[in-house]
Amino acid sequence: MNYARGIRDGFQYLLKTYPEVFAIGQGLWSPWYVGASMTDLDKEFGTDRVIDTPVSELATTGAAVGASLCGYRPIVIHPRMDFMILAADQIVNQAAKWSHMMGGRASPAVTVRAIINRGGEQGAQHSQALHSWYAHIPGLRVVTPATASDARDLLIASVLCDAPVLYIDNRWLYECESPDSPVVELKLEEEGPRVLRDGSDVTLVGSGYATWLCLQAAEVLAADGIDAEVVDLRVLNPFEPGAVIRSVRHTGRLVAVDDGWQTCGMAGEIIAAVAEAVEPACLKSRPARITLPDAPAPTSKTLEAAYYPTVEDVVNAALAQLGRAPAPKLAKAS
Amino acid sequence: MANPGIWRNEPAAPRAEPETGRPARAPGNAARGAVAMDPPAGNTLGIHDLLARLDSLAEENYFDGPTADATGPARLGALADPRCYRDPLNIAGWGANGLRAMLGGMIAIRETEIALGRLVESGDVVCPVHLAVGQEAIPVGVSHNLDASDRVFGGHRSHGHYLAQGGDLDQLFAEVLGKDAGCSRGMGGSMHLFAPETGFWGSVPIVGATIPVAVGAALAAKMDGKGAVAVAYFGDGAAEEGVLHEALNMASTMKLPVLFVCENNLYASHMDIAQRQPHDSTARFAHAHAVPAMVVDGNDALAVARAAGRLIGESRAGRGPGYLEAVSYRWYGHVGPDENIDVGLRRSAEELAAWKQRDPVMRLGAAMTARGDLTDADIDSMRADAAARAAQAAERALAAPYPEARALFDYVFARRAG
Repeated sequence: MNYARGIRDGFQYLLKTYPEVFAIGQGLWSPWYVGASMTDLDKEFGTDRVIDTPVSELATTGAAVGASLCGYRPIVIHPRMDFMILAADQIVNQAAKWSHMMGGRASPAVTVRAIINRGGEQGAQHSQALHSWYAHIPGLRVVTPATASDARDLLIASVLCDAPVLYIDNRWLYECESPDSPVVELKLEEEGPRVLRDGSDVTLVGSGYATWLCLQAAEVLAADGIDAEVVDLRVLNPFEPGAVIRSVRHTGRLVAVDDGWQTCGMAGEIIAAVAEAVEPACLKSRPARITLPDAPAPTSKTLEAAYYPTVEDVVNAALAQLGRAPAPKLAKAS
Repeated sequence: MANPGIWRNEPAAPRAEPETGRPARAPGNAARGAVAMDPPAGNTLGIHDLLARLDSLAEENYFDGPTADATGPARLGALADPRCYRDPLNIAGWGANGLRAMLGGMIAIRETEIALGRLVESGDVVCPVHLAVGQEAIPVGVSHNLDASDRVFGGHRSHGHYLAQGGDLDQLFAEVLGKDAGCSRGMGGSMHLFAPETGFWGSVPIVGATIPVAVGAALAAKMDGKGAVAVAYFGDGAAEEGVLHEALNMASTMKLPVLFVCENNLYASHMDIAQRQPHDSTARFAHAHAVPAMVVDGNDALAVARAAGRLIGESRAGRGPGYLEAVSYRWYGHVGPDENIDVGLRRSAEELAAWKQRDPVMRLGAAMTARGDLTDADIDSMRADAAARAAQAAERALAAPYPEARALFDYVFARRAG
């Protein structure tokens, strides 16, 4: 099962099992907008439940919020996260706030699916990964699956959760494979960071595509006799750093990896959580972070190649933690 | 060509003049062939006049149309002129009990808001309180056609919307005072009201924010298939937000049962509509999206009730959304109990005094006393009762406890509580 298939299986399970679930967003009758992640769902479940919309991010998202207040479980799809900013009021001011403002009486159980769709020299407005931005908002759960099984099971958990959830997937992961597994209904409230690979020399922490970078880097490091532990955050808000802290206490070294920008980003949050909780004597070196440079995405081929963090960057950061020289040039990831 | 966006049961618009290809300007009701449907002149004259105007608007090139000048554009005409529509309402055909309920509803809203204003003046209420005194006919007229299975959404000025749906008075005062017994458990204040048990599904102060939310509630209602409708209340200022356009387009395309109610009180905060829009009627936006629109005197509860009833009836029958523009005027300023007579282009003591002559409560009350449904003493005692109920609710709310400190975190990710 690959990641795109995991997403599609999640939709299929939800639409088949729960009549109050529907999907609404741009491009749902034209699957190239959403990769292979929703192929033919409109044919399988009908266009009343898989709804393609006008070019109206704000009204569509608001409509999903309204339907969720009235007992439905809508999933709004934003095929490109950059355009979702047009709907930010409904996500940040409405969905995330209604429970609190209405004393817990209103429950906008809406899932907003945002797709990070970057690369291919698409440039500054077609490349953004804004998970850190939204993770700043109390009341908005933010979920970033990194594996195919999580892509499916965290989608299901998001929709079954009574709070608004921003579910963020990344098209660079769509071909990634996980072993087949049965569908499970997880309680999102109980989900959080998970150790995907055990190790004792250095802790690599990521979420979404950054987790994939960490896993690849761990393979490279293993060939060099270095045991890297990989922690996948999975849920960015509410942020529960316990698994990260436990891991760093064990390894004494930390590389926080994020495919978003550095300033006020998740990588900084990870390091802050460790700095607050881990005794200084436990740390064998200063924590490091690998992120995007604080610049909008370029379109030029050479600039784009330099822009995105690579497996090599993560490997070298881990080697530096161990006082080792950078690795010889690795093949560029993806 | 008759405009498809205008109420479809109306008689056809005047035909185009052959020599110009332009529609004839509607000379009045007679030209609409609508005499039989018209109550006597005075109160609803403007409705048909406006419909005709809007028909002709659709044929105009907006860029050639008149633009606002310092004294305001002319689109609403008499509806925006406080020297008009001062007569007692025409209540022929309306039963005394129903009218009494509507009058009582308006009086209750007014006395409640006056009491809330006093709490602001005394310093007991600190949160922003937006009063709608003068606009009571609109929620009372709209809710006349709704029940608890419908889904009403409001904005920053929504005490009346909440009360007209039957929202609890004690819970309103407690909410405005930030008390645990409030309709939003004291977490929202005046601007975040919630009473789904009455069909009032929430108000928030981000301008225009509940317009698409109501569209979603209408989508849910359509999926439910039980004939419920959603109502989005917003003001003329919110008509300047892009989301109204998106929401009208979606609701029209998807044939959703939602009534867009623009309470056009001619001001957004301190800004006269003439400073903000090239036309003073917002129904042109409905026109653009083929949503049937009616423009009424918003200080005539019966005109509002009739127009809302027709549009809601169409929605319940599965024929899509409607747009009701109700023209009114708020007696207080944008926020708080101050009269704000020193803001805007027109707002002055004289203008306010003139609008108070178009008092929605007085006009219905006068018609009822003239017919013998009520005496002046009855109305006085309705007022006194409503004021006493509001005073008692205020007293109870003042004595009620605040939420516990843990409430700050209790509801951030709350589970469905009901």
